[in-house]
Amino acid sequence: METKRADTVAAQSRFPLREVLLFAAVLLAVLAVYAAMGPAYSTRMLVEAACYAILALGLTIQWGYAGQFNAGVMGFVALGGFCAMFFSFPINPDFWESELPGELGLALLYMIAAVLVVFGATRLDRIGVPKKLRTLLAVILGLVLYLVVVNAFRGVTDQIESRAGFVGGLGLPVGVGWVVGGALAGGVGYFIGRVCLGLRSDYLAIATLGIAEIIKAFLKNSDWLTRGTATVSPLPWPVPGPAEVGFTLARALYLSVTAVMIAAIFFLLSRAYHAPWGRMIRAIRDNEISAAAMGKDINKRRLEIFVLGCILMGIGGAALASFNSMFDPQGYLPLNHTFLVLVMVILGGPGNNLGTIFGAVAVYIIWIMSAPMALYLMDLAMALGAGLGWETPTNMDSRALQARVFVIGLLITLVLRYAPKGLLPEKVRHHG
Amino acid sequence: MNELVFFINNVVIAGSVSGSIYAIGAVGVTLIFSIMRFAHFAHGDMMTFGAFMVLLLATAFPAAGDAFGVPSALVLLPLAMALTALLAVGIDKAFYKPLRAHGVKPIVLVIGSLGVTLMLQGLIRLFAGTSGQSLYIDDRKEIFRLALPFEGARAPVVITEPQLYLFVITLVAVIGLHVFLSRSRLGKAMRAMSDNPDLAQASGINTNTIVAVTWVIAGGLAAIAGTLLSLDVTFKPDLSFFLLLPIFAAAIVGGVGHPFGAVAGGFVVGFAETLAVFNWSVLLRPFRDSLPSWLLESGNLAFVGTEYKIVVPFFILVVILVWRPTGIFKGKVI
Repeated sequence: METKRADTVAAQSRFPLREVLLFAAVLLAVLAVYAAMGPAYSTRMLVEAACYAILALGLTIQWGYAGQFNAGVMGFVALGGFCAMFFSFPINPDFWESELPGELGLALLYMIAAVLVVFGATRLDRIGVPKKLRTLLAVILGLVLYLVVVNAFRGVTDQIESRAGFVGGLGLPVGVGWVVGGALAGGVGYFIGRVCLGLRSDYLAIATLGIAEIIKAFLKNSDWLTRGTATVSPLPWPVPGPAEVGFTLARALYLSVTAVMIAAIFFLLSRAYHAPWGRMIRAIRDNEISAAAMGKDINKRRLEIFVLGCILMGIGGAALASFNSMFDPQGYLPLNHTFLVLVMVILGGPGNNLGTIFGAVAVYIIWIMSAPMALYLMDLAMALGAGLGWETPTNMDSRALQARVFVIGLLITLVLRYAPKGLLPEKVRHHG
Repeated sequence: MNELVFFINNVVIAGSVSGSIYAIGAVGVTLIFSIMRFAHFAHGDMMTFGAFMVLLLATAFPAAGDAFGVPSALVLLPLAMALTALLAVGIDKAFYKPLRAHGVKPIVLVIGSLGVTLMLQGLIRLFAGTSGQSLYIDDRKEIFRLALPFEGARAPVVITEPQLYLFVITLVAVIGLHVFLSRSRLGKAMRAMSDNPDLAQASGINTNTIVAVTWVIAGGLAAIAGTLLSLDVTFKPDLSFFLLLPIFAAAIVGGVGHPFGAVAGGFVVGFAETLAVFNWSVLLRPFRDSLPSWLLESGNLAFVGTEYKIVVPFFILVVILVWRPTGIFKGKVI
């Protein structure tokens, strides 16, 4: 009875034809872009694609390894970008030489004290206060202290805006901002995960969608911290900038930094994937109930993987903001920073790191090239329409770009329908 | 007394307006959730689509409302509802049904609905541009100023024509839905299917019909909500993204799968939003002599600025998920 079904046997030393072909196609596309657009532009595109690959790796471990859908990648990216700005931007002497840092510190102290008091109030039942009274007390204290703290902050931040412009950076090395960006994104992810991961998976999608909009609203409106819509630039690079060594070389150096990061993340993720921990994660994804019956702590593992993914998104977002050399809270769009990453992951192959990187580079090239392409097609349509006596609206250019939104949406639905495992599916080893 | 009028204008009326919109939206979301078991992210864009259909029709027939003495947008609303319902059924046939047939997890349907969101958004923006437009093509927006019969109330209570229509239509829609769900055969079948789909199918209910009916109702309600919101303010193609979170919060607060809970949740979220952005120092002003001066000095006692309005539904969502994930009315789907 040794009839083995093809899918239960690990294809051991199969020549990875599909991988080679797909990556060759991407290489060809990159070369074509180099030939058409010149090295400076193309290297820029590659660096951005590399940053997106880090984001996509973050999403692929959430979606591919653990089946959690994060609909708010943008928020974590923005947090990472903010940290890259805040830690690496030069110090603002107008702010630090006034008495404002002290006042801001005082407001922060107020906030910490208020949080401690409210937290203490929620624990009052330990010393014999009835639970209902405790809840009432905690809620009232929370409301009042919240108003006090908000007013304290409002006073200080208005002062900062009018006298110093904004807080400025800390002037630390770029890497510090990237690491803290990852940590901050992970912290927010921990909070969301604690709330949602024990519930239906849809709730996580709703909550992440919400937190992303909130983070964006906060960064956009906190003029004292981020200069809001006025944007902060230029951010320093971790490598010599274009002014010193020229555009192409500087971008190539940056590319090598991101490539090293991707290689390190890739290596660590592969190790984790094949380790007992990774097996446990996949067991939970594939059958939660049986994994729970085996004694696995499902919610804790889920939280771990969600936070890990968010950390990667924060780091990727920080690298992206540093590379753009500008922090613009309004530039964070759900389309560019959430759905594009989603397409990269589900097209490349969720759960397969190599597939995800392939998806990131391939989709990013298509995305970048689609703008001129859409405009060209629109011009063509307009020429046709003019021939038929059709009166074309004036703002056709901005509308043509909206067509890309449609294409991304269509791509998501088509991939889910016809290639749910992506172009490079996750290789599940069965020992049959 | 002027402070009280200010409170009525800024909280009671504004809260009822956004509450009604969220309620109608949340009913659709909760129906879809209870029949098909997934969070339908494209609901906001179905609203936008409905409003856009009204805009198109009203531009084509600007005089349609003259015979009835109401804005033409309102007369053309049933047609737009039918079109949106058709779109909803079509989307289901084209995108969700194949996924369901594959037996995918609900979360994959959620991602699929995000894809649909983007497609609708792209299409609407492609045709409507990205700027706001008024749905009042030829008509004039009536504004009613009701003076309060009190001494010293100089400022009137202001309510606009579309807001009145909104309240009436919300009431009619909720009562109609109640009658449909509790009296008609189809409505009972829907409730049976939301309780237990397998059992419903085994007892001879045609689940495909039920799914289609759900989409028709959800699409029609979405068109109503979108149109009335656009009548009240303006039609904006990117309306939907800001509606999504409050609507889901409302559906979850009311207990998912519970249409009347969704209505209640909609008003909870709507009033919470307006109460949170309301400047409470206005109400304290009459008592300024008896209150400590530091309380009034700051001049702004709103909980959150209007720019952070979106924090409110999120906060409600987090609280309800931590405190009572089944919602206040114990929904069926967790």
